Amino acid sequence: MRHELSLVAIALILLVTDLMLKPSQKPRIIPVAVVLFSIHTILGFLPACEGILFGGMFRATALIGMMKNVLNVGVLIILLQSYTWIMKEENRDKMSEYFILMFSTLTGMYFMISSGDFLMFYLGLETATIPMAALAAYTHHQTKSAEAGVKLILSSALSSGILLFGLSLIYGSTGSIYFSDVAQLYSNAPMQVLAFLFFFSGMAFKISLVPFHLWTADVYEGSPINVTSYFSVISKGAASFILVLILYKVFFQLVYVWQDLLYIISVLTMVVGNLFALRQKNMKRFLAFSSIAQAGFILLGMIAGSQMGMTSVIYFVLVYIFSNLGAFGVVSAIEASTGKINMGDYDGLYHTNPKLSLLMMLSMFSLAGIPPVAGFFGKFFLFTSAASAGYYWLVFIAVLNATISLYYYLMVVKAMFINKTDTPIAKFRSDNMTRAGLILSGLGILVVGFWAQVYEFIFNLSVGLF
Amino acid sequence: MNILSLFVLIPVLTCVGIVFTKNMKQTRLVSAVGMSIQLILSGILVYLYLTERQAGNMAEMLFTYDALWFPTLNIHYTVGVDGISVAMIALTGIVVFAGIFASWKMEFLSREFFISLILLATGVFGFFISLDLFTMFLFYEIAVIPMYLLIGIWGSGPKEYSAMKLTLMLMGGSALLMVGLLGIYFYSAPAGGQLTWNLLEISKINIPIEMQRFLFPFTFIGFGILGALFPFHTWSPDGHASAPTAVSMLHAGVLMKLGGYGAFRVAIFLMPEAAQEQAWIFLILTSISVVYGAFGAIWQKDLKYINAYSSVSHCGLVLFAVLMMNQTAFNGAIIQMISHGLMTALFFALIGMIYGRTHTRMINEMGGLMKVMPFLGVVYVIAGLASLGLPGLSGFVAEMTIFFGAYQHTDTFHRILTIMATTSIVVTAVYILRVVGILLLGPIKNDHFLHLDDAKWYERLSTITLVLAIAAIGIAPLWLSDMINVSLAPIVNKITMAGFEFTSLF
Repeated sequence: MRHELSLVAIALILLVTDLMLKPSQKPRIIPVAVVLFSIHTILGFLPACEGILFGGMFRATALIGMMKNVLNVGVLIILLQSYTWIMKEENRDKMSEYFILMFSTLTGMYFMISSGDFLMFYLGLETATIPMAALAAYTHHQTKSAEAGVKLILSSALSSGILLFGLSLIYGSTGSIYFSDVAQLYSNAPMQVLAFLFFFSGMAFKISLVPFHLWTADVYEGSPINVTSYFSVISKGAASFILVLILYKVFFQLVYVWQDLLYIISVLTMVVGNLFALRQKNMKRFLAFSSIAQAGFILLGMIAGSQMGMTSVIYFVLVYIFSNLGAFGVVSAIEASTGKINMGDYDGLYHTNPKLSLLMMLSMFSLAGIPPVAGFFGKFFLFTSAASAGYYWLVFIAVLNATISLYYYLMVVKAMFINKTDTPIAKFRSDNMTRAGLILSGLGILVVGFWAQVYEFIFNLSVGLF
Repeated sequence: MNILSLFVLIPVLTCVGIVFTKNMKQTRLVSAVGMSIQLILSGILVYLYLTERQAGNMAEMLFTYDALWFPTLNIHYTVGVDGISVAMIALTGIVVFAGIFASWKMEFLSREFFISLILLATGVFGFFISLDLFTMFLFYEIAVIPMYLLIGIWGSGPKEYSAMKLTLMLMGGSALLMVGLLGIYFYSAPAGGQLTWNLLEISKINIPIEMQRFLFPFTFIGFGILGALFPFHTWSPDGHASAPTAVSMLHAGVLMKLGGYGAFRVAIFLMPEAAQEQAWIFLILTSISVVYGAFGAIWQKDLKYINAYSSVSHCGLVLFAVLMMNQTAFNGAIIQMISHGLMTALFFALIGMIYGRTHTRMINEMGGLMKVMPFLGVVYVIAGLASLGLPGLSGFVAEMTIFFGAYQHTDTFHRILTIMATTSIVVTAVYILRVVGILLLGPIKNDHFLHLDDAKWYERLSTITLVLAIAAIGIAPLWLSDMINVSLAPIVNKITMAGFEFTSLF
């Protein structure tokens, strides 16, 4: 419970502090929020308190604590990177809302990951989703942002409905909503398979797997960039965590069903995500589609159904957080200081802003899975898990897709390093907070891969199928 | 500190050093110093290796060092060398050294250029010292990716297209390779013991034949793409033609050898049964490479394209020999890798130097260059003669050994392919002599050429290093083939144990 309590406390402190600040003092809320959250992140790494609360609705294990820590690190980087943007004049009167909303949705994700029954799971999911829609519509005076908020809330309402229907079928056929009971009572009766499919569709929507991905690009494009990075990294990571936990812990009887399902969905997701990403010119849409493709890779780890599989998923999400936030951080820094968001604007960036370009290049290589950066290790371990279950052809398709994705990641590198233009983005200096965020993600990209202890640590916490 | 780890450490330190340099002069000085140390180190390694062997140390791999990296997946950082890898490391040391001096005048973004170039070299060195399949793969990819920037930024002609084509095709190759390596890993302990990535340990067991049949094509084609296996060679002419001089040298000279070395060390060594079953398919493909590459070179007018196609032909010969799977042919394959690496690096260096003066690479626009730049002209003739297999130079030794080994197969299928492949020697002579005739002899076609100067000191240093190495192999091939032969024994034994019964198709 420690994670949840301290995060809720931070949100409340911010709320009260905000009430006491005069309008001219509002920006002070930012350092308060960042410092409090950094402390919260560090506290999260203390030895985990394990146990069960609320009669089994809430459970905490070292593994779940680790998942929350992974999310924390990502959120911390996002907070740092959003400094320039949040300091803008237009956001002055709603600064604290940004933090409070973000912390509430994170609380929802904590509860979702920690849930011990489907009710708590659903509560957490909704707590995570609704503030997220508010965040998407944060700059609501811009039509696109408002549109993104509405699109998100409508489509997640639909997916929640489908998910709930699945849950009701699960309850109807087993008479329980507790994970442990359901796990024992589940067999592969047709209705239970159907219930599982409904549940899976709801989750697929959250992780934006094909064919449930259609909301992604518009919402990502419309939302403020830092919210977009939150969606693509934190929200997706949390949903992958709970999906892998539930698949392994609750639906292990259906392993032959979901392995086939994951096979098909992951191939579809990788191929469609890649093909759409190829043609994007807007960096936000580009990263949106590339993150769809990345979700397809995550499924490769899940499909193994072993301790190795779960490790590779968590490890990959950690690596993906650093790499994607590196990319988003650069895009966000450039958008905040110049307003430019198209790939064509990045021409010749290396000659004016070499450090940003280098970080962007590292992130792109990491996303594509090129050594020696962390992405290579992340992808390699995902592929190893899939191969350990004998899915060699799936691995082959996945690596081919990684090659296709390399094409569009290299297009960004090409724009920055090779293309010439008379009007490159002028040299600019980001503020210290943003730089700290960028440096953190850069460090993560460089270090996490080589530092084998990270992987081993996660491995020792992870579990396989029952 | 293990001597082999230095081969990775020194380039990395050189890169770090370059980061702190201020201008081109400092940059190239740091690079030259770093790579000279590397060259000296390669020499020391050869010496140490020979003394160890003379002292009677018959271990399969020498100077081994092992450190556990990812315990749960049993990934190690394992290094060690035998005669073959020592030879390849020496080759790499020479070519990189020559490459640095061939790009002495690189002014545009020189820091970035040398860092990428040396990073590439790091990957190559790391690949040759690795005994662990994971680190081998890691270094393989590290060697491939800087090519994109090197060709894309500093290249010429349709450089962006060529850079992208090359990178994607090679990465596609590593897609195949990854499946192959993962498969090998998961079948590395058939009795249910600890799985391993270690090359030597895997070679002690037999991977089940059904898996071999599935994995061999993945692994062999995966490496083969880098070795310009027909029909996956198309990245090579475009890539080499667009790349800047030093990159062409390094890529054709060394990087393509990763393909041949890997196909030999991993694919054939670990999966000999499947290799024997499927060799005929790849033998046909490589024979096509050999002949088609040679004929392709005849039609080209651009000097770099000529050399790129001849690389396809010569590298095809390496894979051709590897697939013949007997001691002599293996021996020839390794010598051919070394010899072609030196020759082609020399060619590309010369082409770069000529292009830097005449600003054209079209042979029909040039003529009589021997009169204005005698040094470069003479070296070009030497390289050409080595390439067409003149006795006394390295090409002759290599090709002779290969065809000798290939002819040891007595069945019709192998005989026909061997005879087909030998025709490439004649074709090679045609395109080499034609270029020499048009380019160096004959009248000077352009008055502008009359005022060109001959090679500068750094260019002489670069080319003379390579010429000496070529001549050394040509005149005294025995020390090299002795070094290789000892190390071939375990590989040949494994293949013999697999039962060499090539069922003839005819």
